[in-house]
Amino acid sequence: MQVVIPILLSVLIIAGPAAAETIYVSNEQDNTVAVVEGASMSLSTAINVGRRPRGMALSVDRKLLFVAVGDDNRIDIVDLAKRQVTGQLPSGVDPEFFVVHPDGKRLFVANENDNLVSVVDIASAKVIGTVDVGVEPEGMAVSADGHYVACTSETTSMVHLIDAGTLDLVDNLLVDTRPRAASFSPDGKQLWVSSEIRGTVTVFDTTSRAEAGKVQFEVPGIRREGVQAVGIEMTRDGATAYVALGPANRIAEVDTRTLAVRRLYLVGQRPWHVALSDDQKRLVSANGNSGDISFIDLEDEAVVKSVPVGRGPWGVVIGP
Amino acid sequence: MRLVLAIVLLLLAAAPGSAAPQTMVVGYIGQERTPPLPLGPLDQPVSDDGLQGARLGIADDGGTGRFLGQHFQLEERVLKPGEAPTEAIASLAASGVTFVVADLDAATLNQALAAPGADKMLLFNSRAPDDALRQQHCRKNLLHTVPSRAMLADGLAQYLIWKRWQHWFLLVGPHPADEALAAALRRAATHFGAEIVVDKPWTFRPANGRADTGHVTLQTEIPAATQVGDYDVLVVADEADEFGAYLEGRTALPRPVAGTQGIVATGWSAVNEEWGATQLQDRFRKQAGRWMTAYDYAGWLAVRSVGEAATRLRSLDASAITAYLRSDDFLLAGFKGQGLSFRSWDGQMRQPILIAGPRLLVSSSPQPGFLHQRTPLDTLGIDLEESACRS
Repeated sequence: MQVVIPILLSVLIIAGPAAAETIYVSNEQDNTVAVVEGASMSLSTAINVGRRPRGMALSVDRKLLFVAVGDDNRIDIVDLAKRQVTGQLPSGVDPEFFVVHPDGKRLFVANENDNLVSVVDIASAKVIGTVDVGVEPEGMAVSADGHYVACTSETTSMVHLIDAGTLDLVDNLLVDTRPRAASFSPDGKQLWVSSEIRGTVTVFDTTSRAEAGKVQFEVPGIRREGVQAVGIEMTRDGATAYVALGPANRIAEVDTRTLAVRRLYLVGQRPWHVALSDDQKRLVSANGNSGDISFIDLEDEAVVKSVPVGRGPWGVVIGP
Repeated sequence: MRLVLAIVLLLLAAAPGSAAPQTMVVGYIGQERTPPLPLGPLDQPVSDDGLQGARLGIADDGGTGRFLGQHFQLEERVLKPGEAPTEAIASLAASGVTFVVADLDAATLNQALAAPGADKMLLFNSRAPDDALRQQHCRKNLLHTVPSRAMLADGLAQYLIWKRWQHWFLLVGPHPADEALAAALRRAATHFGAEIVVDKPWTFRPANGRADTGHVTLQTEIPAATQVGDYDVLVVADEADEFGAYLEGRTALPRPVAGTQGIVATGWSAVNEEWGATQLQDRFRKQAGRWMTAYDYAGWLAVRSVGEAATRLRSLDASAITAYLRSDDFLLAGFKGQGLSFRSWDGQMRQPILIAGPRLLVSSSPQPGFLHQRTPLDTLGIDLEESACRS
C-alpha cells in the first residue's frame, strides 16, 4: 500500500494537465452546454442555457464561459465554478459566433441576421459599437496582439478585417464560397479562412492582405460537395492547423508551412468545431449529426473515444 | 476547372480597354396570374411570387458588390394575361440586358426564346418544371433554376423508398401538368424500385371546401374516391392545388399522402431553416411580408448565379459570366447544404429536393445510399446518359 500510493501519485502528476481540464460543448438543439471531464472522458453534467447555443469562449481569467444563444439574442455567462448561468450580456440580434478581445474587456459578436459586428463591453454589459459588414456574418477571429478582428460573411463570401481600436473596416477580402471560420496564426502574420461550399481554406498574409496560399482537402470516396471546411484550430506554436470537414466526418491535420494535409481523422458525423487541450496533446471535435464529441490523441495519432453529449453539438471549448 | 477560371481571367486581363460597366442590369419577365382560390383560411393569396425572390437576389448580390464596386439592378416586366413576351424581350434587349429571369410558363417561355433579340440573351427558367424544356426543347441560351418534374419525382421517390413505402396509390389530377407529373412519378417508381399498385385519375369535380359544413361533403366523397386495394402511400399529382389537400385524414385506408400535397417534394419551402436558411427566410420575410415560395427561390437562385459569377470573375463582362456559369468551377451556396451548379448537358441547376411537411422539414433528397458515379445530386432528374438534349 505504501508503495502503491506514491506510484499512483506520480501517474497522476504525469497525467496532470489532461486530468485537470474540462470540455464544454454547446448543444444547439438541447439548449445546454455539456460538461465533460477531461481525465475520465465522461459526461458529468449539462448546464441549461438560452435557446440555440452555438459560439462559446472563455473569459481571459478562464473563470467564465460566454455562450452565444442565438434565438434569445444574447450572450449567457456561465460561472464555471458554479456550473450555471449567472448573468447575461447583450449581443445584438442573432449572435452565432464571437471572440473575446485579449484586453479581456470586450466581445466582438457576429450578428448573423443584421449584417453587423457588435462590440460588447463586458463590465457595463452594453453594446458600445457596431461595424457594418457583409451579408450573414459568421466566423470571428482576433489577432493575439489585439490589433485586428476578422469577420467572415457567408453570403458575401468575404472576410472583413476590422481595426479593433477604431472599429474601422480596414479591408474586405474575397474568399471562397460561404466562408465559415477564421483564425489568425499565433504570430499574427497569417489569417486562415474556411469555405464551407468550396471545401477549402484560404490563407492570407495579414500585412500585404494578399492570398498566400490555399489548402485543398480530398477525402477518398467522398465527392467535392461532401467535403466542407468549417472550424479551424491552430497549435500554439503555429506549426499545425486542424480543420473540421463537416459532412465528410473528418478532421484534417494541416502543415501550416507547406499547406499540405498530413492526415485525416475519422470522427463522428458532421464535426463543426474543434478545440485543442492546454497541453496541445489532445483534440476534441463537436459532431453535430451524431450527437457526440470525439477525442483524438495527437501523440498516438488516433481517435481514442467518442462521448455522447446531447443533440446538435456545435461549439467546443476546453477550460480548467 | 480551375483552368477555366484562369483562362477567363486571363482573357479579361488581356482584352485592352475592355473596362466593363460597373452596373449589371438583370432582366425579369413575369406574368400576371389569377391566384388559385384559397383552399383554407390560412392560405395567403400571393400575386408577386417569383418577382420578390429575384429582388432579394439583387439585394444579396449587392452585399458583395458594394465591396467590389459592382452594382446590381433589376429591370422588371410583368405581362398581362395572354400577352406575348416579344415586346418585353425587345425592350430588355434594347437596354443591353443579357441575363433575364424568365418567370414564365412553358408556352410563354418558348415564345420568349423565339422572340427577336433573345438569341443574344441568357434566360433563366424560374417557373416551368416541364421536362421537355430540358430535353427536346433545350437551348444553349437557357438555364433552369427551378427543378424539373423528373427531379421532384425522383426526390420524392428516394424518400419513399428510404421509408420502405414501396407500394404507391397514384392519384392524378385532370390537367396536362398533372399527367406530366404522373409520368415523372411513374418513371421514378420504375427507376428506384417502387410499385404503383393503383394508378387512378381524379374524376370528381373541384369542390369548394370553404362552403359552410363543406367538410361533410368531403367526408363522404374522399373515402369513396380512395376506395382501393391496399397500398403504403397515396401519391398525388395535383399541381393546381385543387383537391390534393382534401385527401390527408380522409382516405378510406389510414395512409400518408405525399406528392403535391401532404409530404411535398419541392425546390424550396418556408419550413426550411436548416443549412443557414433561417437568415434567407428572415431577409425575405422582411422584404416581401410573406413566406418565400419555390418560385421566389428559383428567381433568387437565378439572380444570385449572375452575382456569384461576377464575384468570382471580379467582372461584369456578360460573355465571361455566361461561360463561367456553365463551367465546372461554378458553385452557388443555396442554403440546401451543398454547392449548386448547372448541368452541362441540359442547363438544369443540380440541387437537393426538399421533402417538406406542413410545418417542418421532413427530409432532403438525395437520400443516403443512392449512389452515382459523378455526384449523388445527379441521381435526381434526367442524367447525362439519358438526356435527349442536343443543343
